[in-house]
Amino acid sequence: MNNKQREHAQTVIEMEGVWVALDSQTILEDVHLVVHETDFIGLIGPNGGGKTTLLKTLIGLLQPTAGKIRIMGKSVAEGRCHIGYVPQTVEFDRQFPIRAWEVVQMGLLGCRKPFRPISPEEREVIEHALEQVEMEDLGQRAIGELSVGQRQRVYIARALTSQPQILLLDEPTASVDPQAAGKIYDLLRRINQTVTIVMVSHDMNAVSSYVKSIGCLNRRLHYHGKKEVTQDMMDAIYKCPIDLIAHGLPHRVLSAHDEKGGNHA
Amino acid sequence: MLEIFQYGFMRNALAAGVLVSIACGIIGTYVVINRIVFLSGGIAHAAYGGIGLGYFLGINPVIGAIVFSLLAALGMGFVHRRTGQRSDTIIGVMWAIGMALGIIFLDLSPGYKADLMSYLFGSILAVPNSDLLIMLVLNAIIVILVWLFYRELQAISFDETFAFVVNVPVDKLYLMLVCLIGLTVVMTMRIVGLIMVIALLTMPPAIAGLFVKDLKRMMLLASLLSIVFSFSGLLLSFYLNLTSGATIILIAGVAYTISFMVQRMFSRNTLKAGSQAKQE
Repeated sequence: MNNKQREHAQTVIEMEGVWVALDSQTILEDVHLVVHETDFIGLIGPNGGGKTTLLKTLIGLLQPTAGKIRIMGKSVAEGRCHIGYVPQTVEFDRQFPIRAWEVVQMGLLGCRKPFRPISPEEREVIEHALEQVEMEDLGQRAIGELSVGQRQRVYIARALTSQPQILLLDEPTASVDPQAAGKIYDLLRRINQTVTIVMVSHDMNAVSSYVKSIGCLNRRLHYHGKKEVTQDMMDAIYKCPIDLIAHGLPHRVLSAHDEKGGNHA
Repeated sequence: MLEIFQYGFMRNALAAGVLVSIACGIIGTYVVINRIVFLSGGIAHAAYGGIGLGYFLGINPVIGAIVFSLLAALGMGFVHRRTGQRSDTIIGVMWAIGMALGIIFLDLSPGYKADLMSYLFGSILAVPNSDLLIMLVLNAIIVILVWLFYRELQAISFDETFAFVVNVPVDKLYLMLVCLIGLTVVMTMRIVGLIMVIALLTMPPAIAGLFVKDLKRMMLLASLLSIVFSFSGLLLSFYLNLTSGATIILIAGVAYTISFMVQRMFSRNTLKAGSQAKQE
């Protein structure tokens, strides 16, 4: 999407001068971010740079100490109804008695009233979400019996069940084998035709080949709505390019190396 | 064997056993999957303060215990939600204070107090009809609330962060759950006594959890197991002239140990098959 189109696209997330502190330590500093409809943003940055904190702040798990956040033009508490959230890991007891199907069903809870049985329409939404992540055959399995990658797909299905306009993913392919990771990214690309995606990732290969634009986060956010990691971003986040080269990633992430594939490790 | 049903106290004991087992099977399942056994123990001992207060004021101690256990449940639930990791310390403090209050109240109450032991170690053979009625009502409340909020309770137990994000009222439901634990504790106290409340609340669901991986079935199996333990414990204690509460607990304990070992052997056998299936 070029910049002209971008201006016409609807704004879905707006962060203005957001500061977040945890135990009096500043994690996010004056973050400005505007996300437009059907953006696919990859957030990279060093450990402790605040990537997860940024996602948590967007869904109200953390309160900013200063600044303003609007989601679909609403407050966080209301706006997060439009967000599907896929956490990095879900801490749980492997013995926990819950089926994959029931985990996916959790995505429906917020928008419906309690006391009613699941309607056939809602059942279809759940089935469809499981089909999208190719988990329809394992819906009746207990969650503890699934592999890490399968669980990750279940959590993505859960986020899809709320039929979100925005999908926030925190390291969706951490501890998933490359083949499964590829499937997850293909799925995200398909979903992205209608759904806006913000993804935190260490997987530079994925970031470079699947996302539409890249942001670098190291307390401050450096984001220009472009896919290239520019020199000023590198300067600002010194650790970022080190990561890039160390992982031997495709040249196109670095704007300076356009066209010629010079730095494949 | 049937002659024991001729005794009124035995019929009441069996009825109490069934009612308590249903509540323990359902609520104990939540206690086990939420890993809040210690919190439940805290509520149970704080409830003892209410029993003391009941004697002191000359009202039915069960009423006092209900009030105290609800207050303790709300207090501990709130602390658990707010402070997170260090909550066990504060729960320990409330546990001790409740217990001490109960004893001081009893010291201050005039008259005969031999009944005290029955709250510590249970008095299933002396359950009056009025207590049966209270249990029936509490049971109805538990079943209805759990039935209404089944999905929400499962969601907050499994992943409260996600439940919060989709605007499920996590705090309110959590406090409701600890209040239900409080009510269950009061009922269980009558049958096996305060000291052993934890056992009936944890062992039947823990055994059930070893064999079924579905929440509803776990509740059902836990309730059934609990009924079996209560009945067999009662019969055994009747014929061998043992303390009924302790007998019930020991039967549950033996069953737990055996099922744990059986499950370990079973899972070792299926381990290879399981890992092969996963690779495919």
